[in-house]
Amino acid sequence: MDRRTQILEIVRRVAGKETAVGADESLFESGVLDSFGLQDLVTELEHVFDVNIPDSDLTPRKFDSIERIEAYLEEHGK
Amino acid sequence: MAFLKAFGSYLPERVVTNAEIGARVGCDAEWIRNVSGIDERRFARDDESVADLAFRAAQDCLDRAKVKASELGMILVASGSWEQQFPGPASAVASRLGLDATPCLDMPMASAGSLFGISLASRLCASLGPILVIGAEKMSQIVEREPMERGVAILFGDGAGACLVHPSNGFARIVDCGLYSDGAYAGDLKLPFASPLEMNGRSVILQASRKIPRAIATLLEQHRKRAADVAVFLMHQANQNLIARVAKALEVAEDKFYSNIKSFGNTSSASMLIAAAEWSKSNELAPGESLCFAAFGAGFHWGALLAEGAD
Repeated sequence: MDRRTQILEIVRRVAGKETAVGADESLFESGVLDSFGLQDLVTELEHVFDVNIPDSDLTPRKFDSIERIEAYLEEHGK
Repeated sequence: MAFLKAFGSYLPERVVTNAEIGARVGCDAEWIRNVSGIDERRFARDDESVADLAFRAAQDCLDRAKVKASELGMILVASGSWEQQFPGPASAVASRLGLDATPCLDMPMASAGSLFGISLASRLCASLGPILVIGAEKMSQIVEREPMERGVAILFGDGAGACLVHPSNGFARIVDCGLYSDGAYAGDLKLPFASPLEMNGRSVILQASRKIPRAIATLLEQHRKRAADVAVFLMHQANQNLIARVAKALEVAEDKFYSNIKSFGNTSSASMLIAAAEWSKSNELAPGESLCFAAFGAGFHWGALLAEGAD
């Protein structure tokens, strides 16, 4: 499974529903995730991609879309 | 050594329901309950000030402690909604209590203010004597600033809480605390002069969901305790969903976290002590049992404090 598909799987699992969000679409503005869902998303990303996301990186903007999540993981070699 | 002697609180009479506040910002009562756990909150009268609310909570606390105001060595008042730049409400509260020389300190801190106040008091009371810590807020005067913002307006209420920290006796011994601040997020929750409150709710929730459980877990680990060993958690009443998240992260039942946010909303610096005052009316801490405070707020400032039932 490629990285984008894995991210989409995580987003769907955290949202608890099928989502048809575009890669560059805001996960919040589109209503896919709420504030608490974001925390779950980050926890799942850490678990699935074996990456430690420090508090200093915990800004909603960095995880606001599939593309941004991909970019973050890319930066961290995942 | 320092002890928790007693708590006190004051809530204004006027009840503002979700239906009332929701009608003003375009949302329904059920939605407010779902996103916050809040059913209603209290708003103070126009002629009630932060100092008025603080004074009433102070009186309640001193009555419960059976301690005279003249015995106080210091008064600390935390508030993020005080009406003027200076002086803060502390000296006005002291004056209302009949004191004319007792040192007072204002802490312009919002939701973590009471926690930081108790911690500071626990370190100062050995030399100064009993210290009255108060958190008091008139958030209504802030949330009603135009343009009213839905995410802010639905959350907050008015009220005051107090705690007497005593150097030699009380119902619980203050064991230790862990306090933290990170100014990198100062812009995510702030109240500029004469402007509406600005809150990046996602950032607040994201950081609080991590930092509060970590602060509690670190403190408990230092004292070889588990969250399950704690009899009651008294946390800043920010949002019931956040309280649930913290409980889940610590792997304890949500009902270990005493909550009254349903009735009073988020009263910022006052909320933790209002909850403590209500809890203490119908609960006691047995000798050796643990009580844990926790708070998180604008700054960001956050932390936890551990106390243990005294013999």
